[in-house]
Amino acid sequence: MSVRETWFILGASSAIARAMARQVASSGCDVVLAGRDGDDLARNIADITACTDVTATPLSFDADNPNDRAALVTLAEATPGIINVAVLFGLMPPQSAIDADPNLALACINATFTSAAVTLHMLAPILEKRRAGCIIGVGSVAGDRGRLPNYVYGAAKAGFHTYLAGLRNRLGRAGVHVLTVKPGFVDTAMTWGLPGLFLVASPEDAASAMLHAAKRRRPIIYVPWFWRYIMLIIQHIPERIFMRLKI
Amino acid sequence: MTVWAKIPLQGWGRNARAQSLAARPERMHEALAAARDRHDGQSLIAFGAGRSYGDCGLNSAGRTLITARLDRVLGFDRDSGIIQVEPGVTLRRLLQDFLPRGFAAPVSPGTGFATIGGAVANDVHGKNHEHAGSFGTHVTELDLLLPSGVQRTITPQSDPALFAATIGGIGLTGILTRIAFRMVRVQGSDVRVRTTRVPDLNAFLARLADAQTATYSVGWIDATARGAALGRGSVETAEPIASSAARAPKRGPTVPIDFPGLALNPISIKAFNELYFRRVPDTPREQAVHLGRFLYPLDAITGWNRIYGKRGFHQFQCVVPFANGETSLRALMEIVTGSGQASFLAVLKRLGAGSGGYLSFPEPGYTLALDFPHFAGIADLHHRLVACTRTHGGRVYLAKDSLLTAEEFQGMYPDLPALRDVLADIDPAGRMASDMSRRLRISR
Repeated sequence: MSVRETWFILGASSAIARAMARQVASSGCDVVLAGRDGDDLARNIADITACTDVTATPLSFDADNPNDRAALVTLAEATPGIINVAVLFGLMPPQSAIDADPNLALACINATFTSAAVTLHMLAPILEKRRAGCIIGVGSVAGDRGRLPNYVYGAAKAGFHTYLAGLRNRLGRAGVHVLTVKPGFVDTAMTWGLPGLFLVASPEDAASAMLHAAKRRRPIIYVPWFWRYIMLIIQHIPERIFMRLKI
Repeated sequence: MTVWAKIPLQGWGRNARAQSLAARPERMHEALAAARDRHDGQSLIAFGAGRSYGDCGLNSAGRTLITARLDRVLGFDRDSGIIQVEPGVTLRRLLQDFLPRGFAAPVSPGTGFATIGGAVANDVHGKNHEHAGSFGTHVTELDLLLPSGVQRTITPQSDPALFAATIGGIGLTGILTRIAFRMVRVQGSDVRVRTTRVPDLNAFLARLADAQTATYSVGWIDATARGAALGRGSVETAEPIASSAARAPKRGPTVPIDFPGLALNPISIKAFNELYFRRVPDTPREQAVHLGRFLYPLDAITGWNRIYGKRGFHQFQCVVPFANGETSLRALMEIVTGSGQASFLAVLKRLGAGSGGYLSFPEPGYTLALDFPHFAGIADLHHRLVACTRTHGGRVYLAKDSLLTAEEFQGMYPDLPALRDVLADIDPAGRMASDMSRRLRISR
C-alpha cells in the first residue's frame, strides 16, 4: 500500500460534494467532510463508513469563522500522507434579494470569495511543504462575465478564479496542482426548479469530471464541458451590446 | 430552506403525467420540515426515482416530495447483514458498493434505478420471489413520518397493522425516512444463467415448475405467437456462484430522443419477438453473468422508455392462481393476440407466498407482464384483460398501473378494508394522497 491520501471536502453537504466524497472514498482515499450542518455531515459520514473501508472524519466548519479555519489547518497538519482539498462552498442569494438588502452582498462575497481564498491560503503551505496533492476550487460560469441576474455572486467567483490562477502558479512549482472548475448547469439544490435550464449535468457526472481533470492536471475546466463554448461566446459580446442584454 | 417548484413529473410509462408542486430536499431535516408544513391542507405524496410505471407517485392535485436525493446509507452490520438507508438509496448503488463485499439486496425488481423507499411502498418482487418473497418480507424496521407530522419507528411486531399498511401501501401512510432490511450474503458477483427455449404454453409452465428449485427463474413469452405456438418463449434460471469473473454492467447507450410513434408497431414488434425467440438455441445454454446484468438487463440502455415515443406505454401485470393457471393465461394471451395489438416484451414467472402487506401484489400464482405502446383503444384492451384477470381470481399490480378503475379495483385486494381502517386512524383528513389513490378511491 502506498502513502495514505486524504481528501478535505469543504462544503460537504452539497450534492456535488457528496458525490465527490463517495467517489474518492471508493477509490480508497480517506475523507474529511467539513461543513456547517452537523446532522447532514453525520449522515454523509455514516454513508461512507458503511459503504467503504476508508476513514471518514466530520469537521464542523464555517469558513467565515477564523476559529474553524484554524481547526481545519490543525487537522490538516496532523493528517499524514498526501492531502487534497476541494472547496465547494459558497453563497448565492438571488440578485433581487441582494438588491433589496445590500448587506447580503457582503455575506455573499465573504463566503464565496474571502473565506474561500483565506482558507486555501492557510492550507497552501502544508501542501507546498509536502510537495504533493491537489486543490479543486469550484468557481462558476457566473464569474466569467458580470451579468444582470447575478453579478455580485459572479464578481465573488471571478475573484476566486483569479486567486486560484495565482495559487496554481505558485503551487505548481512545488508539484501541487490547482484545478479551477466552472460549473454551468448542474442538477443541484441551487438550480432546482429554476426555469430555462438545459442539458443539465448530474452531480455524479460533475464530480467525476472534476476528479478526472484534477488527475490529468488540467488547469481550468467547465462542467459540463460545452459551457466553455457558451461562455466563449458570452465573453466576446461587445460591452456596448452586452450592457443591454438580460442574459 | 425548501424550494417548491411547479414541474412536470411522470411515471416510467410516460402516459401518466402531472404538473405538480414538488420539492426535492437534499437534507433530511429539510425533508421533515417540508413534509410537516401544512401547505393550506394540500395533499402530499412521496416520489422516488420515478420508476413506477403509472401514477402511484404523482399528485397533480397537491404536492410531491421527491426523496431521490435523500440517499445515504446510514449503517451496515456485517454480522446480521442489516442495512439502514434513507429512502432515496437505489438498488444500483447497493449493488455497486456491497456486491464486491459479499452482500446483495434480498429482492430486486427489474431495474436498479428504483429506490428503496419505492421498493417498500410498492412491495416489489424479483426473479427469486418463490424463495425470497417480496421486498417487504426483509424489512425489519421503518422510520415513518406520519401524516400528523409525528415521526415513528415501527416494526412488524410493534405496529403490525401500520406496518402491513405501509408495505406495499403506495405511500399513503406517510413519508419513509429510514428503512432497515436484511441483505443476503453472496459468494461472488456472478450467477450461472441457464436459458431454455420452450415451444408452447404447456412446456413453458412445465419448465417453470421444474425451475422451482432454482434461486432465480423468469420466463420471456412471445405474446405475438398464436395457435399451437401460443405461449412459446424461453425460461431463464440462475444460481449464484462463487465467481466474480463476469464483467460488471457499464453505463450503456442512452436513448437520446423520443422515437417516432410508428417505430414500435404490431409488425416491428412481431419481428422483434421472432428474433428474440430464435436468439435462444434449441439446446439449453449456460453462461456466467454478473448479477447486475442478470437482474437489470434493461438498465443497460438509459431511458429505454423513450423507444415508445412521446405517447408513452402501458404495462399490464397481473397474477392469477396456479389452479387453472394455464386456462387463465391462455385466455389472457388470446385477448392480446385477438386485439391486433402486440406486446413488445412479455414476462411470465411464478410467484410464491405474499408478505402480508395489505395492498401488496404478490400471491401464489403465475404473474404475466405485458407492455403496449399507448394507443386509442388501450383502455378497452386493458378493461378486457382486467375482467379476465378478475374472472380467474387474480389481481393487478398497482406499481405498473394507470388505467384500472375504482370499480375494477373493488374486491381485488381483500385486505383493502384493513388498510382503510389504518388510514382512517392515522390520516383522518386524507393528507396523503396521489393521483392513484383518488382514481382507485383507496382512502375512504
